[in-house]
Amino acid sequence: MDDLIKYAPDLLAGFLDNVKLSLICGVFALILGTILVSMRVAPTPVLRGAGTLYVNIVRNTPLTLVLAFSSLGLSDTIGLTFSETPSTNSFWLVVLGLSAYTATFVCEALRAGINTVPIGQAEAARAIGLTFLQSLRMIILPQAFRTVVAPLGSVMIAMIKNTTVAIAGGYLMESAFVMRDTFDDTGVSIPIFIGLVIAFMLVTLPVGFVTSRLASRLAVAR
Amino acid sequence: MSASVLFDAPGPRARLRNNILTLLSVVVLASAAYYVYARFDTKGQWEGEIWKPFLDASTWTEYIIPGLLGTLKAAGLSAVCALIFGAIFGLARLSDHRWVRTIAGAVVETFRAIPLLLLIFFLFFLAPSVFGGGDYTLIALVAGLTLYNGSVLAEIVRAGVWAVPSGQAEAAQAIGLRKSQMMLLVLLPQAVTAMMPAIVSQLVVLLKDTALGYIIAYADLLNMGFKVLPAVYFGSLIPAAIVIGVIYIGLNMSLSALATRLERRTRRSHRTAAGPIVPPGAVGEPEAVGTLT
Repeated sequence: MDDLIKYAPDLLAGFLDNVKLSLICGVFALILGTILVSMRVAPTPVLRGAGTLYVNIVRNTPLTLVLAFSSLGLSDTIGLTFSETPSTNSFWLVVLGLSAYTATFVCEALRAGINTVPIGQAEAARAIGLTFLQSLRMIILPQAFRTVVAPLGSVMIAMIKNTTVAIAGGYLMESAFVMRDTFDDTGVSIPIFIGLVIAFMLVTLPVGFVTSRLASRLAVAR
Repeated sequence: MSASVLFDAPGPRARLRNNILTLLSVVVLASAAYYVYARFDTKGQWEGEIWKPFLDASTWTEYIIPGLLGTLKAAGLSAVCALIFGAIFGLARLSDHRWVRTIAGAVVETFRAIPLLLLIFFLFFLAPSVFGGGDYTLIALVAGLTLYNGSVLAEIVRAGVWAVPSGQAEAAQAIGLRKSQMMLLVLLPQAVTAMMPAIVSQLVVLLKDTALGYIIAYADLLNMGFKVLPAVYFGSLIPAAIVIGVIYIGLNMSLSALATRLERRTRRSHRTAAGPIVPPGAVGEPEAVGTLT
């Protein structure tokens, strides 16, 4: 218990980094995922193919490889840098990798949602003369989003847990690294582990609760 | 995919518009691809020199194949342990005794909520202080993967048994079967068929997560291919990433294809009264529903 109190400020700072990563990656992943799903249902075969290729490649690559590649490959070898400060640079590289990875799961969730929209909706949209983008934006996607709020919540929870893998992207400030560092110094400490687990649960449980509440409130009545 | 209803069968103007859109997207995608190519090229990533190690048999026999075997060993061990863990706790959650249900539920929910890497780190540091010195990378990795994936599998088992229509259990009771007989003879055989696709999808997750072993320096495919190999053949980092990426993607896509095939079979099957179940927290199976896209 003493260990937990002694290292609490470091651990808390690390955990807040996880929260920060989650918030930023969540936004990017939702945007990129929506773009990807629009590509995958587009009338242009080239766009459909590109979207499918991206999703299949990135989704089947381990996140650890994605993040290690962003750091060692893209940044160190190719020279893609976001900032001169190493920690800021690796922060944004992790954001890049984690958003690119999570976006594929957002895309698949939305695609499942699009499949639940009755065909009549799309047909009615076409009948009143809406173009592809109009019917997607005004008719299909709003309904799709509402049916997949709960799966999207699961995707976000998985992403929050995945922020701990940031260590593979060379970002050495978030809580998993701080915990390992502390264990290196003091040996294993059960209170520290439990404290961190509770901290994560305090974030993921409400996300799950809110999204399942939202899902039932927003469910499209059919 | 063939006949999308999101857009009309194109007339002359729409065809023109689609062609323009196709042209535009080809230009955009091609220039993006070219940009990446050029960026890699200026850093000399396409030079034959750094790709050459992958033509040597020794690169494969000394690094990549041992790494792959390490990954498969960790994945195989954890898959077996996770299936056992999942079966035990899944059935415990269905128990008629409240205290068994509660304990199993608490264990399953807790391990599902812990970030896997934190769990692996914890086990990795806990093992030496309990069992004394030694190499615990494999044990920590397998134990972490087992506890997490086993908990998810427990939920799949529970959902699978629930997916069997209640008439089946009632019929089993009516002919006088005991609880264990009902489970073993009636519910589980049907539930397993319904669970199969979800189980295989979870095994894909497990296989992907073995790469976390890289962080605790377990000698898996990622470690051998991305840390050890580029250190030996200096400069071959990007080629190494591409080669091992292809291996991972190939493995995972073939497992996913198996899951899809099992799902189709379950849907057609007459051996179970339950339809295929969706794993907890998973993102449905878009292919299976298939209306709009």
